[in-house]
This record gives sequence, structure tokens and C-alpha cells, in this order.
Amino acid sequence: MTERIIRVLIAKPGLDGHDRGAKVVARTLRDAGMEVIYTGLRQTPEMIAEAALQEDVDAVGMSILSGAHMALVPRVMELLKANRQERVKVFVGGIIPNEDIPRLLEMGVVGVYGPGTLTDAIVTDLRQAVLGAAVP
Amino acid sequence: MTLARSTLAGDRLALARLLTLVENQTEQGRQALNELFPHTGYAHLVGVTGAPGTGKSTLVNQLARYYRNPPDGEMALQVAIVAVDPSSPFTGGAILGDRVRMRDLAGDAGVFIRSMAARGSLGGLAHTTASLVQVFDAAGFEIIFIETVGAGQAEVDVARLAHTTLVVQAPGLGDDIQAIKAGILEIADILVVNKADRPGVENTERALSGMLQLAQPVAPVFRHHGPSEGLSERAPAQVEVDAWIPPIQRTVATEGDGVPDLAKEIARHRQYLRESGELERRERARLQAELEALLQDSLVSRWRKSVSNSKYQEILEKLIERQISPYQGVLALLDGEQTL
Repeated sequence: MTERIIRVLIAKPGLDGHDRGAKVVARTLRDAGMEVIYTGLRQTPEMIAEAALQEDVDAVGMSILSGAHMALVPRVMELLKANRQERVKVFVGGIIPNEDIPRLLEMGVVGVYGPGTLTDAIVTDLRQAVLGAAVP
Repeated sequence: MTLARSTLAGDRLALARLLTLVENQTEQGRQALNELFPHTGYAHLVGVTGAPGTGKSTLVNQLARYYRNPPDGEMALQVAIVAVDPSSPFTGGAILGDRVRMRDLAGDAGVFIRSMAARGSLGGLAHTTASLVQVFDAAGFEIIFIETVGAGQAEVDVARLAHTTLVVQAPGLGDDIQAIKAGILEIADILVVNKADRPGVENTERALSGMLQLAQPVAPVFRHHGPSEGLSERAPAQVEVDAWIPPIQRTVATEGDGVPDLAKEIARHRQYLRESGELERRERARLQAELEALLQDSLVSRWRKSVSNSKYQEILEKLIERQISPYQGVLALLDGEQTL
């Protein structure tokens, strides 16, 4: 078997049209040797879950600046579960108020990364979350 | 139930998992391929190649939409798309962005899109693309699009794999000398001039049709690594039918213009392949190429297991010190060990 390559879906759910952060993270993960499936703007939770299934990714990263994270993130996680993809790790970036972070983590989100996050931290967390878990 | 059997039964998660195992060249993936292989050979494989920015992904999106919602009287087809993007030669990472242009296909259970990184392969496809296509074929997808990296000039792999190869061009990209360069015209079964609403479309079309008139129709024999390696050198019996002349089809993929006509050309080419015996010839050449490629890989890896690393390093050192040439090094390594 070749070396295990981590596959990550980067998506922008919701209606805000600012995807610079998503692109920075996509590049960072690429430079860390991961394969990043970039889906672009205005994705519905259904589109994200479907892409995650078809691409058999290890993780889904969502960039949300619209404030709708408390609706979008649980919905995506629900759909992943409905698709029997509970093993897929979810992480979130964008503008997330501090008080919401613990609630997201409680739902099972592996990391919340706002502006100013060191990109290395995302790589490290993601590697640990994906490779630390048992791989079927 | 094995992943292969679940895949045959239509389980999309099993299919997705299996594609990963095959892409990672795992033993489990190989065994699944063995199990699936008898179920392959039904799909029509359409290769889509052309320089970056010519609109390959957008065109595939529109073609897939067409086959999902065909005109009255035709059956909708199950569509699979394998889209290959380059891997970074330094980190091995990749950004796979073809889905961005394929969002129209979301929510349709009759479409399955899989992005692939080239993972070091230079021919426009990844090493395992053919295997992924086999999985989709066995899973019952009736038309499979294979979109290449789009390096543009060395994409012969896709022509070897696909039944019908579309070469996508766009106005304003390179002069007509680009059309003469080897590879592009030889591999095209259909030439697509996309972005045909742009200025210069006549020039692009004229350059292509000029080259087509100069070209002698030849039956391409795809070789694995340059010249054939001598297995079964016998040329396949040449059936003399009217040679296929690649049509030139204008499209504006963003609007869907020309896409129904392009689909007609694909159907016409498929019929030609069947009636001329070319289909059988290509299948034969394709499977032989696959066999040879696998044979080479297996021989090399088996041999590497048989030679000691110290011996290899010793020869390498001599080579670096220029005591021996690379060719002598190979001979020393091959002859110095037990014969294969």
C-alpha cells in the first residue's frame, strides 16, 4: 500500500461570498501533502454531504462567515451520519463567536479556527484527528 | 458482504470506499478488482482532454446533464465522472477543483463524481485511473467521463483508456503550430472548439480543419512505453472501412450551446467503433497495454525484493563516481543476481 494520503473536502456553505480563508486553508493542507477537494461557494449541507460521500474524504472543513454556523454545522453532521460517514472529521473556520465554540466542539467538531489561527495548528490537529482514529 | 458485492448491489458508500482502496493500491482493492472485472466492459468511456482553461470541467458538467435529461425517446444514463488534477511534485498534496464547475449535478443520484490527484503520474491520468473506471463500469454506470489533468501535449494515456476521446480547444490559446504538435490530433476522436462565442473561433477551427486535411488517416496503435516491447507483435487485422475523420464541434459550455450536437457525435463515434470492428481492436490494445504496464511494475518490484540493498548502493556509488555507466550498472545489477 502506498502512504496514507489524507483527503479533505473544503466547502463554503451558505450565502456569503468571501472564500479567501477557505482557499488559504486549502493551500495550506495541500502544502502539508493532503489532497483537498475544493467545492466552491454557496454549497448546501446536502451538497457538502454528497460530495463527502462520493469523494470518501477523511475530513470536511467548512468556512462560514454568515453567522449561520449553528444551523449549518449540525445539519451537515446529521447528513454525514445518515450516510454512515460518522468517521468523517468536521472542522470549522470563519467568524464564530467565542460562546459558540464550546457548543460546536460538544457536537463533535474537531476544531474551530477563526482569524489569526496559525495554519500549522490546523494541519497538526487534522493529522491527529484523522490518523489517530482507527482506520477501517 | 464484501465491498465489491455491496458495490455491485448499488451501495454508494461501498463504491466510494472501494474507489479509495483501489486508488491506494491496497491488497483489498486488488482483490475487489479481481471480483469486479467480469462485470466490466459495458460502459462507454469518454475521455476529455485539452489545455488548462479550455473548459473541460464545464463541458463535462453539461454533457452529464444532457445524458441525465436526454431528449424525448431516449433513456437517461447513469453517469460517472473521474476528474484528475495534478499533484504537487514537492509535497504530494493536491487541490482538486473540478467539482466547482459541476455543481449542477448535485442532488442527482444518477451521477457520481470522483476527483483524483495524479500522484506523480505524468500522462494526464493517475496510475490507478483505469482501475477506478473499471469499478464504475462494474457498478453499472453506463457512460463514464474521464477528465485529464490538462497538461495538453502528452495526454495519450486517456486515448488508450477511453473509447471516445474529446480534445477540447478554445480560441486564443496558442497559434496553429500548437495544432500540429504530435499527440493532440492523433488522439482526438472528436475535436471540440469550446468558448465558441469568443473572437477568433474561426481561426481555431480553420487551423484544426487544415491539419485534419493534411493528416493521413492512420489507425493508432497505442504503445505503453514508446516502442512495443515485442509481445505479440502481430498487427491486428486491419478492417478497411471508411476511416473515421474527427469532426469539429463548436460549443459554448457555460450556456450548453452545441452540447446536444456533441452528444450526437459521441453516439455516431460509438456506432462507428462497433460497426468497424475498431472497438474490439481498441479493447484488445487497451487490455494488452494494461497487462504490460502491470507486468513491468510487478517485475520491477519482484526484482527489487531479490536484490540486496547493499549491492544496489554499491553499484549506485560506482555510478556516481563515474566508474561505470548507468547501462553497465543495470547489467551488473541484473547479471549479478539470480536470473529472473
